[in-house]
Amino acid sequence: MPSSDLFLEVGLSHYLVLSAILFVAGMAGVLLRRNAIVILMSVELMLNAVNLSFVAFSHYMGQMDGQIMVFFVMTIAAAEVSVGLAILVSIFKRYKEVNIRFFEHLKG
Amino acid sequence: MSHQTLMAILILSPLVGFLINGFRYKKHSAELSGSIATGAAVISFIAALLMVIDLIGLPPEERKIIVHFFDWIAVDRLKISAGFTIDQISAIMVLVVTGVGSLIHLFSIGYMHHDKGVAKYFAYLNLFLFNMLLLVLGDNLLVMFVGWEGVGLCSYLLIGFWFTDKEKAAAGMKAFVTNRIGDAAFLLGMFVLFLTFGTLNFQEINHMVPTTSELTWLAPITLATLFLFIGATGKSAQIPLYVWLPDAMAGPTPVSALIHAATMVTAGVYMIIRLNPLFLAAPNTMAIIAGIGGLTAVMAASIGMTQWDIKKVLAYSTVSQLGYMFLACGVGAFGAALFHLMTHAFFKALMFLGSGSVIHAMHEEQDIRKMGGLRKYLPYTHLTFLIGWLAIIGVPPFAGFFSKDEILWQAFHSPRGHWALWAMGALGAVMTAFYMTRLMALTFWGKSRVPKETHPHESPWIMLLPLIVLAILSAVGGWVGIPHVISEILPGQPGNLLETWLEPVIKSVPGVAEGDPTQEWSLMGVSVTLAVISALLAYHFYVRDPSKPKKVAESLGKFYELVYNKYFVDEAYFGWIINPLVSLSKGIWYYIDVNFIDKTTYVVADLVRGGGQFVRGVQNGNIQQYAMYIGLGVVATMTYVLMR
Repeated sequence: MPSSDLFLEVGLSHYLVLSAILFVAGMAGVLLRRNAIVILMSVELMLNAVNLSFVAFSHYMGQMDGQIMVFFVMTIAAAEVSVGLAILVSIFKRYKEVNIRFFEHLKG
Repeated sequence: MSHQTLMAILILSPLVGFLINGFRYKKHSAELSGSIATGAAVISFIAALLMVIDLIGLPPEERKIIVHFFDWIAVDRLKISAGFTIDQISAIMVLVVTGVGSLIHLFSIGYMHHDKGVAKYFAYLNLFLFNMLLLVLGDNLLVMFVGWEGVGLCSYLLIGFWFTDKEKAAAGMKAFVTNRIGDAAFLLGMFVLFLTFGTLNFQEINHMVPTTSELTWLAPITLATLFLFIGATGKSAQIPLYVWLPDAMAGPTPVSALIHAATMVTAGVYMIIRLNPLFLAAPNTMAIIAGIGGLTAVMAASIGMTQWDIKKVLAYSTVSQLGYMFLACGVGAFGAALFHLMTHAFFKALMFLGSGSVIHAMHEEQDIRKMGGLRKYLPYTHLTFLIGWLAIIGVPPFAGFFSKDEILWQAFHSPRGHWALWAMGALGAVMTAFYMTRLMALTFWGKSRVPKETHPHESPWIMLLPLIVLAILSAVGGWVGIPHVISEILPGQPGNLLETWLEPVIKSVPGVAEGDPTQEWSLMGVSVTLAVISALLAYHFYVRDPSKPKKVAESLGKFYELVYNKYFVDEAYFGWIINPLVSLSKGIWYYIDVNFIDKTTYVVADLVRGGGQFVRGVQNGNIQQYAMYIGLGVVATMTYVLMR
């Protein structure tokens, strides 16, 4: 029965589809939400969607490269969030709000 | 001093004067500015005199001082040197230009005394002298052309010297534009000559001219000479381009004397004499030159008989006398043309300066109807003017008699001449005698019609001195060219000095026969008698019976109107040439420039601006929107890659 096949035998494609769904959800958050914190969270979501596909590929191909790559991504994500939050804090101090439109004031 | 140094001094001295006065153009001292300018002119004159004395010392065939300064242009076959020549022809011209020029500079000191722009005036006058020397001395057509344009520019600047008066500024413009028409033809003539001979040097061209005459119209030499002649009609005020000269009287009177009587306007005649072997090889052109010259002499003289402005009368007289010179050139009597050019420079400069003295005395009044009886107030001016009058109407032994008579005789006798040309010349002489006597009578003789509030006074010596020198020259200047028939009966038989002097450089018309003395004497007698009768008639009209001229004018009716209004030539030019041209230009401006070219560029500009507006909307600083573009771009790229 094809439908039971689909759910019983979890394979690479399942991971990839999940990864794509997460990525698109994250991207929608980045494009549509006005709150900068939510946008940052959405960015994290997108990064983790990519991490998921890395790990999935790594597992199914029997190689460790992808999993190592994930560590790098996570490090960079942590750094990025710290910078992003620092900017957010200063924006909040100035405008008492964290709407994305205040980021326009960053331009020189 | 070497000839090179002398030549440099001769040419550059007025330029230095121009620079000095040009830099201090706001100064008001007539004495200082005038002394600088006059000094520059006199230095030129002395340098010219020294060179001409050297020239006389040479044997007749070698009389030629050529000074080569540097190579100006060398492109392929075109080699133009900044070279200058003094030979028999340019010697006479250079002495007239610098000599008469110096006298007129001197006169100007008195005449322009109260003018505010006096330094500027003298600067222009010096600049004119410099350009005229380039024109006269240049040993090729291009250097001559530089001077030719330069004198045109100075003429424009000086005619419009009082440019705040719109009419005077317009007169300057008219002179400039009319001259441009001639100059364009002059350039074309130069092109044809260069194509034919491969050089623009006078000596080389004159050397290369074929001995056989061209008989067709479209042959290169005929074409080149015709173009050059059109150039000459512009500069020397001949039909059809003479209209600017009478208007040029708007300038200060000494300017009219220097530029529009003695020197610049004779440039066309000079150019033809310079190239006499070339013109001789084109009989068709010669016939046209003679015809135009004769016609101009008669037409201008007839207009001169009806004018009331003292300077206008003299202006038309100048046009008419220039016609004589062209008549002489046209019949191959180049020597006679140069002779008349010289004597005319003397007596016409004298009369213009005399009229300047009168105008000065009358407080800027130029209408001869408001003069009369001025002999009493201006004795010296009257006396000198009288000599000029005797010279121009051709009373022996004054200068004009010899030169005019030579022209008339050649017009009759030369193989290229014709009795009709003689008749035109004689008619012109009769009219000349009439209008000049009329001018004398209305200005100096008869009852005074001077308005009560004007008190005429004699001019200062600085203005009288040039008058006296010119009067002496007008009296004796003709004695260098006494015709053989008269020379034979004079004690010592002086002979025709000028003819001997010019003989090596002036080619004679092929097939000229020995003249018949009886014929020459009788023609001379006829023209002089007619002129004297005409002068007496004018005296009777304007002194004895002042009511008569009006009656005669009325009896002539329409014809008098026609002549009085200068044959409506200006109106015809406006109606048939200028106005259609202006409407055509306006049409082109409106339909092509404004409605087509401008609109096209507007459309292009609008497209660019609209495109800019659109693209500008994309870049609005909204980060999320940017991110969306990235997303869309990725989707588009992926779609393209996957669907391929």
